Amino acid sequence: MTLVSGWGRFPVVDSELLRPRSFEAVGEAVGTAGAVARGNGRAYGDAAIGASRTVAMTGFDRVRSFDPATGRLRLEAGVLLSDLIDTFGPRGFLPFVVPGTRFVSVGGAIAADVHGKNHHCEGGFGRYVDSILLRTGQGDTIEVSREQNSDAFFATIGGMGLTGVILEATMRLRRVETGWIRERVISASDLDAAMRALDAGDSATYSVAWIDCAARGNDLGRALIYLGEHARTDELVDGADRFPAGKNPGLAVPVDLPSITLNRYSIRAFNELYYRMGARRAGGSHVVSLYPYFFPLDSVGAWNRIYGRRGFLQHQCVLPEAGARDVLADILDRVSKRGDASFLAVLKKLGQGDGILSFPLPGYTLALDFPVKGDILNFLDEIDRLVVAAGGRLYLAKDARQSRATFEAGYPALQRFNAIRKSLDPAGHIRSKLSQRLFDEV
Amino acid sequence: MTSRKTVLVLGGSSDIGRAAARAFAKAGYDVGLAGRDAAALEPDAADLHARYNIEVSTLKFDVLDTASFDSFVGGLPALPDVVISIVGLLGVQDQAESDLAHATTIMRSNYEGPSLILGLFAEKFLARGNGTIVGVSSVAGDRGRSSNYIYGSAKAGFSAFLSGLRGRASRGGVHVVTVKPGFVRTKMTEGMKLIGPLTVEAPVVGDAILQAVEKKTDVVYVSGKWRLVMFIIKALPEAVFKKLKF
Repeated sequence: MTLVSGWGRFPVVDSELLRPRSFEAVGEAVGTAGAVARGNGRAYGDAAIGASRTVAMTGFDRVRSFDPATGRLRLEAGVLLSDLIDTFGPRGFLPFVVPGTRFVSVGGAIAADVHGKNHHCEGGFGRYVDSILLRTGQGDTIEVSREQNSDAFFATIGGMGLTGVILEATMRLRRVETGWIRERVISASDLDAAMRALDAGDSATYSVAWIDCAARGNDLGRALIYLGEHARTDELVDGADRFPAGKNPGLAVPVDLPSITLNRYSIRAFNELYYRMGARRAGGSHVVSLYPYFFPLDSVGAWNRIYGRRGFLQHQCVLPEAGARDVLADILDRVSKRGDASFLAVLKKLGQGDGILSFPLPGYTLALDFPVKGDILNFLDEIDRLVVAAGGRLYLAKDARQSRATFEAGYPALQRFNAIRKSLDPAGHIRSKLSQRLFDEV
Repeated sequence: MTSRKTVLVLGGSSDIGRAAARAFAKAGYDVGLAGRDAAALEPDAADLHARYNIEVSTLKFDVLDTASFDSFVGGLPALPDVVISIVGLLGVQDQAESDLAHATTIMRSNYEGPSLILGLFAEKFLARGNGTIVGVSSVAGDRGRSSNYIYGSAKAGFSAFLSGLRGRASRGGVHVVTVKPGFVRTKMTEGMKLIGPLTVEAPVVGDAILQAVEKKTDVVYVSGKWRLVMFIIKALPEAVFKKLKF
């Protein structure tokens, strides 16, 4: 057995880690009870840890075919988005949807139906997936799409790997002129201003707000809003490469930092500095490389180590648009009073999700990071009650601790999902630690 | 045919072979992938073509079948600009100590076959007046260690062959690169205990090979740390070295 954990390094559990080299070997690996596929391990909690066996898919990193006329791509599920960007970016193509890190696999991106800064207008990752080759728990290898096995297709988009192992996918890439983003920064002095700015940014392709979660009182919810559009060639400065090179993480956090590193003073100081520096850039628009725009944290390798050995929790909820303002204010107020939320507080708007269990619904999503210590689990349970009361839900790809009650309240389509899952895997071979915690019959 | 440069990768299905092929394809080379099972190379050929829009061909090549080498080289549609040999066999040291057939396979796979085929390419390149030859050897060839001296001695022979060939070929416009990767996380080393800071991923080796070809480097330790480690290992007096169990 091997100790396995997600990006948040909580929980850490025993699971046999296999690296199959062929699809036949994948089939054998999931042929007995309690296995789930794992991509690049960027799900934060227990989604990509098998109940007893974890099947690593990153060895399947081949592109099968690419049609430059349509941007259509067939590939194996272990290809990373960073690889796609590096390979197809210089040819004028990018994924339609990228999450906050480019180090995720295509299979993982489908399983979590990841969203990007453009979800409010362009939808999630699954919207640009045309078909999926799936190895089901009962041993079939089937192609699923909107036309063929469509129930299995929509259950697999956002299905957290529980419908089977995603082996290959056909997806579409976006044609771009450059690898640069024309960015506009707006500073908002409180939550209402931040939400207004996000609403006004509905017409922008990309929009996201960074929230100073240490700010209190009149400053509560003050934020920097980042709007973005793909830059055209004629918007680049003279001499700029049409497609900038993505640097591998230059600086990596080499060891677990002591948990004292993040305290209310260091977090407050960081947030203050970050807000002031951002506010100074606010107003005009400028052109930035896609890498810092989409993946600000990727430039620091192993940043999850700053939270220390015990790991951290990311709490990401979505709240339906109506009534979201007061609930967000309540959550931010509680967080700012605690003082241990970190510099990663992100607010953005989402649209309708595509998969049966996809996280997004039309409204606002708020993501907060907390080190695992003290009474944090109880505190997050309180926040969950606010989320459930508002008709919201939590993102499974980030989750390590929500209760069944919270999950079931947030995902009313769960029964339909379970029925499809059962039809693909009657014996229940596909199981993750997450499914044991939230889905499986006990 | 295109006017692009061409690289031929012998051992194209290995992890380092795939990585090297990707690095050269990304740099705009047309690629030939050669291995024992040419059909098994097709998915990688399709991958390279889809990614980089270059021409890729697959060829059958068996490093133990030395009798076929002349016709293999003669049958190529065109002589490549660069040939890289990544073929090799780690084998099982314990078994090879008493099983002569296994020991012979290790020696032939790591020394005889790679040396003969690269020697043959060298003749063709010298006749043409240019070309680059890359042999992937091993730090294990720098000094025979008690735990893997059969593999190590074959790699030592290969390194010596490349060293001599380099001197001779350099006078005829042909460059020879010796690559010593150190620990690489691959199929070959799966399950082995590798020392983290001394271990690299296969793409790092692929990029290092491309760089060595373009910069005409002679001997490449993929990680500089290995140059130091092997310098120390080579400097140990035999009386001390023979007591070490690694």
